[in-house]
Amino acid sequence: MKTLRRNALSGYSWLMLVFLYLPILILVLYSFNDSRINATWTGFTWKWYVSLFENRQVMQALMNSLTIGVISSVIATVLGTAAALAVKHYSIRWSNIFNGLMYLPIVIPEIMMGLALLVLFSQVQMELGKVTLILAHVTFSMPYVMVIISGRLADMGKELEEASQDLGATPWETLRYVTLPLIMPGIIAGFLMAFTLSLDDFIISFFVAGPNSTTLPLYIYGLVKRGVSPEVNALSTLLIVSTVLLVVVAEIFRRKDSKNNQSIF
Amino acid sequence: MGALFVLPMLMIAILSFLKRGTYGQVVYEFTLNNYIRIFDPLYGQIFWDTLVVAVLTTVFSILCGYPLAYYISRLEKSTQQIWLLLVMIPFWINFLVRSYAWVIILRSQGVINTFLQSLGIISEPLPLLYNSGSVLLGMVYTLLPFMVLPIYVSLEQMDRRKLEAAYDLGATPWKAFWHVTLPMTKTGVVTGSILVFVSSIGMFVVPDVMGGAKSALIGNVIQNQFLSARDWPFGSALSIVLMLLSMLLILLYFRATKASETKEGSA
Repeated sequence: MKTLRRNALSGYSWLMLVFLYLPILILVLYSFNDSRINATWTGFTWKWYVSLFENRQVMQALMNSLTIGVISSVIATVLGTAAALAVKHYSIRWSNIFNGLMYLPIVIPEIMMGLALLVLFSQVQMELGKVTLILAHVTFSMPYVMVIISGRLADMGKELEEASQDLGATPWETLRYVTLPLIMPGIIAGFLMAFTLSLDDFIISFFVAGPNSTTLPLYIYGLVKRGVSPEVNALSTLLIVSTVLLVVVAEIFRRKDSKNNQSIF
Repeated sequence: MGALFVLPMLMIAILSFLKRGTYGQVVYEFTLNNYIRIFDPLYGQIFWDTLVVAVLTTVFSILCGYPLAYYISRLEKSTQQIWLLLVMIPFWINFLVRSYAWVIILRSQGVINTFLQSLGIISEPLPLLYNSGSVLLGMVYTLLPFMVLPIYVSLEQMDRRKLEAAYDLGATPWKAFWHVTLPMTKTGVVTGSILVFVSSIGMFVVPDVMGGAKSALIGNVIQNQFLSARDWPFGSALSIVLMLLSMLLILLYFRATKASETKEGSA
């Protein structure tokens, strides 16, 4: 009886995994399908990928995504690290308020955040484009960076910093030679996380992108709205592969000699 | 940075009391018209549809997610990590892409219809896409990880000795689950439900991609007011109502679960 129940549960769970992965696998598979209109498999082809790389709009969107991703995640990492360090050193009351504000963007629906930023940018009369996209991406990815680095800082304890100061290091030297190297895996993980979020964001970018700053997800949306074409499959596959790679690498860095293996979520 | 977010929210609140100019600009004049307009039955229907979809999405996510989380929590530690990562990976994949993947499967020339037709089971393609069922499917599919993780965390933190005690006192596995495990993991279910509910109430991508023109949820209407109709004040009023509504429901949900918890405690 007990094993029967156990088997049923295990079977169900595997079924859920199939449910989660099957659509993604089918999407990837059909990006190599020769047929343009039908779902019937008519042969293996690379041609959708080739036409993708010859498409200037796609390349422009890719460049936009990468530029915005790199710049916004560098800024988010610097600010997020500073914020995590600040929260650690300030009084508990202020840290709590600050923490609450930092987590707000994580729990509020993305559409609200997109709207709020759109209204803000229009009120200060900023033209929508790469700059507004970068500012928006910094805003939503910084909390994640901070969460990761705060976790790392909490693991570290105070002893090493205190030892360094007892040996006569200035606060700056302590930061430079003790704290930063110790939290480096967290910083790298945070950067990768911010980059992934930026590369992947659709909703918020949808509201704050200008006509000349289309990112990859925005371009995919345009294709999907215009009707199904195998190029969307190819582009989506590339986005899936890069997202998965980035997340796995970020996980590896975050877990690197970190004591608590609990996930970020 | 927090201020960068609170400030614009206030701006939306202010905007919702202003007027729209002839060319879609904002006129700085106080009015309640935007809120009065929401009482139009048309918007009432859309709000209602949105709530129904959000509640159904939450319920289905609990039904699908709880057994999975339960299974993962009973595995060996190292296997648990692998399963969690497997559940999380789709969550990281762009949900626009994930909803689109379902389009390939469900559309009239999609995988299912082509397969059934080639077997001769059906002669005409089934209308699987662009209805409320496909929207619900897409919602549950994209939001499921939000439910699995909090439930897993609370199952993981649960005191297993209470379960043993229940068995020692002669409870059947089902009774032990119903009276011990489920009440003790209520926090996880509540957290997961709030995450799923809040996300689905503001969702516009899934209904847009998988629902077609037929299903407009409030997220789609808001998006439309901001980007196509260019009626920002009305769009703001809609989003303020949406936010208040979701806050109210979350509050009620918290109250309800809290109340039943104290009742159990005193019994």
